[in-house]
Amino acid sequence: MIDYDKILCDRIRKVQPSGIRKYFDLLQGMEGGISLGIGEPDFVTPWHIRDAGIYSLEKGFTKYSPNAGLTDLRQSISRYMKRRFDLEYAGAGQVLVTVGGSEGLDLAFRCLLEPGDEVIIPTPSFVCYGPLVSMLHGKPVLVETKAENEFRLTAEELKAAVTPRTRAVVLPFPNNPTGGIMGKEDLEALADVLRGTDIMVISDEIYAELTYGQHHISMANIPDMYERTIVINGFSKAYSMTGWRLGYVCAPKPLIAAMTKLHQYAIMCAPTTSQYAAIEALEHGDGDIEAMKEEYDGRRRFLVDGFRRLGLSCFEPKGAFYTFPCISSTGLTSEEFCDRFLQAEHVAVIPGTAFGPGGEGYVRACYAASMKDLGEALERLERFLKTL
Amino acid sequence: MKDHIKLLQLLESDCTLTHDQLAAMTGLSAQEVKAEVKRLEEDGLIRGYRAVVDWDRTDREAVTALIEVKVTPQRGEGFDRVAERIYQYDEVESVYLMSGAFDLTVIISGRSLKEVAHFVGEKLATIEDVTGTATHFILHKYKENHLIFEKREEQQERFVFE
Repeated sequence: MIDYDKILCDRIRKVQPSGIRKYFDLLQGMEGGISLGIGEPDFVTPWHIRDAGIYSLEKGFTKYSPNAGLTDLRQSISRYMKRRFDLEYAGAGQVLVTVGGSEGLDLAFRCLLEPGDEVIIPTPSFVCYGPLVSMLHGKPVLVETKAENEFRLTAEELKAAVTPRTRAVVLPFPNNPTGGIMGKEDLEALADVLRGTDIMVISDEIYAELTYGQHHISMANIPDMYERTIVINGFSKAYSMTGWRLGYVCAPKPLIAAMTKLHQYAIMCAPTTSQYAAIEALEHGDGDIEAMKEEYDGRRRFLVDGFRRLGLSCFEPKGAFYTFPCISSTGLTSEEFCDRFLQAEHVAVIPGTAFGPGGEGYVRACYAASMKDLGEALERLERFLKTL
Repeated sequence: MKDHIKLLQLLESDCTLTHDQLAAMTGLSAQEVKAEVKRLEEDGLIRGYRAVVDWDRTDREAVTALIEVKVTPQRGEGFDRVAERIYQYDEVESVYLMSGAFDLTVIISGRSLKEVAHFVGEKLATIEDVTGTATHFILHKYKENHLIFEKREEQQERFVFE
């Protein structure tokens, strides 16, 4: 009998499974449960985009695409980046189509890290960065962002985390779970720290289309930073296309060439059907983004307002589709709060601690849910708070 | 966007939203929402609040018909006078003035085919200035007011950990 613990590599044994999962497993068995835990849009992909995917199947376009992605799609991405973010990336050579933004992140780390290299990761943030870095014998250096700084990464915090082994810094903005975003001045301050170094920026901009009040700015927009920035983006959040698994990386040519090498051996190419649908999304989907954003914005205000009315302080999220209310006034830890709220009222929210240091005292509630569910969740929260 | 347009859009998509909810969603105060909604009602921009019902799921018998009506317009009044004579009937759900091959679309509902046929034959077609009708019975409603009537399947297995 094989002892699988012995044959599994040390790195994978040390990686912890995500702490978010258990809330969904528990919620599954509950009558009338409401999930504000899930991190995906509640909209179905707009019909014209689904239709484009279906049409490509009807025509029999079921073969591999070029490794880097369909030429037309890469050109659409190139035009989109110019149109929406004023960034110039050549469709040929500077764009790689990936299986979700997640693959792009993995590729970027793999192409940059030697064992022992450090990657600065602001937290609370999406759960994948640290484990991906660890899997490469890299060292995640976690830097807590603070509510009083609107969950932005400050130049001082960045500077204090930089060492001679720093290879990259992840910029996860607009941020999941805090809703924090980085403005032009914030990015310029970071650029002052990074300029003249070989430290690369891995900018996870998957929520770039979902900002409220101000337009998203990429680190690649800041002078001298284009050459040291890898932009990760995708279709999941902007167009409600999570299940299509399609993302892309935009970066200087030598980096895209390196990532394409890895991508061609590990993945071959992203799903062809998804790529055809994505062309339609980019060419005719601006209106869909606007409509969904408008809808999210109303729900965002409603949920933040609701938390505040119930006496929980809540940073007004400026991007993505999460609220991150502070629950420390209840005297419970984040995990206790989520466990008890789920058991008592069958509402799933996620403890801030699942998103790394700085998350204690907070919970994440996603507002990509119907107004009916959000209203009901707030009523149940009110009832729950009274029992504490 | 103007506040009243935003309010109208929100209410058009879901008129069960409370003043408090509308206030939170638009950034207005609850008082402002209340006053604005009242004004919109009084000015007739909001014509009513109704549930969209799928009667096919009940055992209540109901038929709906769409009738194309040809009309001789009247001097000085165009189609308004005859449209008014039609829309006064309770059976009539909607009346639209159309471009193209006929003049008015009249949507009526009744308890049975016979009842609708009777209405068309006895009341609608006999109105002076109505020169012709063509009645189309609605066999099945798939979607009304942006609401899909089919039972939609939801994706069962979902989610990882984001």
